[in-house]
Amino acid sequence: MEKAATGAILNPVEDRFVSDDALAPAFFEWLCRMGDSALVLGHRVSEWCGHAPALEEDIAMANTALDLIGHTQMWLGLAGEVEDKGRDADALAYLRDALQFRNLLLCELPNGDMGVTIMRQFLFDARHYALLMRLTGSVSPRVAEIAAKAVKEASYHLERSSDLVVRLGDGTDESQRRMQAALGQLWPYVDEMFVADAVDEAVAKAGIAPDPSDLKAEWEETVRSVLAEAMLDMPGPAGFAQTGGVIGRHTEHLGYILAEMQFLQRAYPGARW
Amino acid sequence: MYAQMVKSEGMKSRDEMTPEEQAFQDRVDRGEKIEPKEWMPEGYRKTLIRQIGQHAHSEIVGQLPEGNWITRAPTLERKAILLAKVQDEAGHGLYLYSAAETLGVSRDELTEKLHSGAMKYSSIFNYPTLTWADMGAVGWLVDGAAIMNQVPLQRTSYGPYSRAMIRICKEESFHQRQGYAIMMKMAEGTPAQKEMAQDALNRFWYPSLMMFGPSDAESVHSAQSIAWKIKINTNDELRQKFVDQTVPQAEYLGLSIPDDNLRWNEEKGGYDFSEPNWSEFFEVIKGNGPCNRERMNARVKAWDDGAWFREGLYAHAEKAAHRRAAATTAAE
Repeated sequence: MEKAATGAILNPVEDRFVSDDALAPAFFEWLCRMGDSALVLGHRVSEWCGHAPALEEDIAMANTALDLIGHTQMWLGLAGEVEDKGRDADALAYLRDALQFRNLLLCELPNGDMGVTIMRQFLFDARHYALLMRLTGSVSPRVAEIAAKAVKEASYHLERSSDLVVRLGDGTDESQRRMQAALGQLWPYVDEMFVADAVDEAVAKAGIAPDPSDLKAEWEETVRSVLAEAMLDMPGPAGFAQTGGVIGRHTEHLGYILAEMQFLQRAYPGARW
Repeated sequence: MYAQMVKSEGMKSRDEMTPEEQAFQDRVDRGEKIEPKEWMPEGYRKTLIRQIGQHAHSEIVGQLPEGNWITRAPTLERKAILLAKVQDEAGHGLYLYSAAETLGVSRDELTEKLHSGAMKYSSIFNYPTLTWADMGAVGWLVDGAAIMNQVPLQRTSYGPYSRAMIRICKEESFHQRQGYAIMMKMAEGTPAQKEMAQDALNRFWYPSLMMFGPSDAESVHSAQSIAWKIKINTNDELRQKFVDQTVPQAEYLGLSIPDDNLRWNEEKGGYDFSEPNWSEFFEVIKGNGPCNRERMNARVKAWDDGAWFREGLYAHAEKAAHRRAAATTAAE
């Protein structure tokens, strides 16, 4: 497969964490989590292309998807370097099966109507932005460098999704009903964004990334204020949270995403495109 | 070239023109740009709305055949490039609808006419994209054909249309190079990839030739549009230019143009080639092409399903304006 050029960092800065063998397994897993969430959400958003309710939305969603695919190239590219087994971003994206995918479940949920799509984006963006802001101060220069680039885009994503949540929540009765329903449908998936496991603990201990549970307060603050402005009710604790995406236990939806996304690489092994 | 068979108003001789019409024609002949608030003949305005509207619709419907492969693009880089391309096309639609709006028609009115079938879009987008090579063929041939028409239209007499074309042409030529790059990879790839590349050329060759519209001998609307500089070249001139440019590119790829009659004609300094099947073209225009119904259903569904979304945004804008007004009153 070809080395992805777009978004790749040409002259990487020195980073001792990239060649730290002891840390490599956890660091690789964590980078796959970052890359896979961007990839799978980017895939979902790109499904709207040409089918959005207004031309401006077609453009904005293609733009969001494009940003997320760019993030994927950077995170999975670095994951390949850390793993050091000759896999590049494309090999990781196109030649792993669902069990090896590490994205959040939230990202793979079907688009539903625009209400679900926008609400999913907002819940993700609020956490994505908080996370990337912290990562700009990572002890790993490579991680900090990627985060610095990605956070500019994530900041715009959050601004846009917050704005749409407010306008649709405080719009017509129907738009409010749909936004509230979307929130209820997605709520069981939010806790997964803040659960820490051994991988998170290892990268947090090394100073590479924050513990995900540390992001919750900031996320809640953002979500609470936007939902209040949107006249939407913030659901209570999710109860039984849906988790497992980051360790490879997915919903039924991911298999179909991968079947579609990976079709050419699987059907024509070794071909160059 | 996303406008085909645009109906133009009847041509007038100079003697038949009113003094205003004569003065207008003189401005066009001098190469002056006509701007939105200036006087223009009603026929000029109507013809432009049809042409720019059809072009805009083509950009919007044109998202669909390429959007069809975004989720299946074979590498992350190809996916990013394709996304950017489809996004550009939506952007072109936006410039063009804005240009049409300067003529006194709203985007929503034009959209309704597209959905009701009262306005058309380019016939080319009613053909399916069946393999990844089609992403190459669409960029190379379809954008290539579009550029043939759009480059001269940068000099069109209507200011907003001309300026939209200048922006669009920059992006289109980039798209064409990207399409050709995909074709190069496929043509130098595995036997299966080469087969896909040749098949894509076989399927898209004649529909691309049809993009220029029927021969000028049968085109009743050309003369007036050419006088108004809404149309710069005849359909046949552009088609010939396209064939002459494309044949060597196909040879470079090692692919064959699916036309046994293709010959270099020394005398005319261009290729002789077979005409496309015009009865197929008229069927596609009438709505009977391979994907007409799917394309229109997809657009109508996007519009109808999105009604609540647009209404929500309008309602919010009204509430916000009302609140601002109330706050201003309270402050006074």
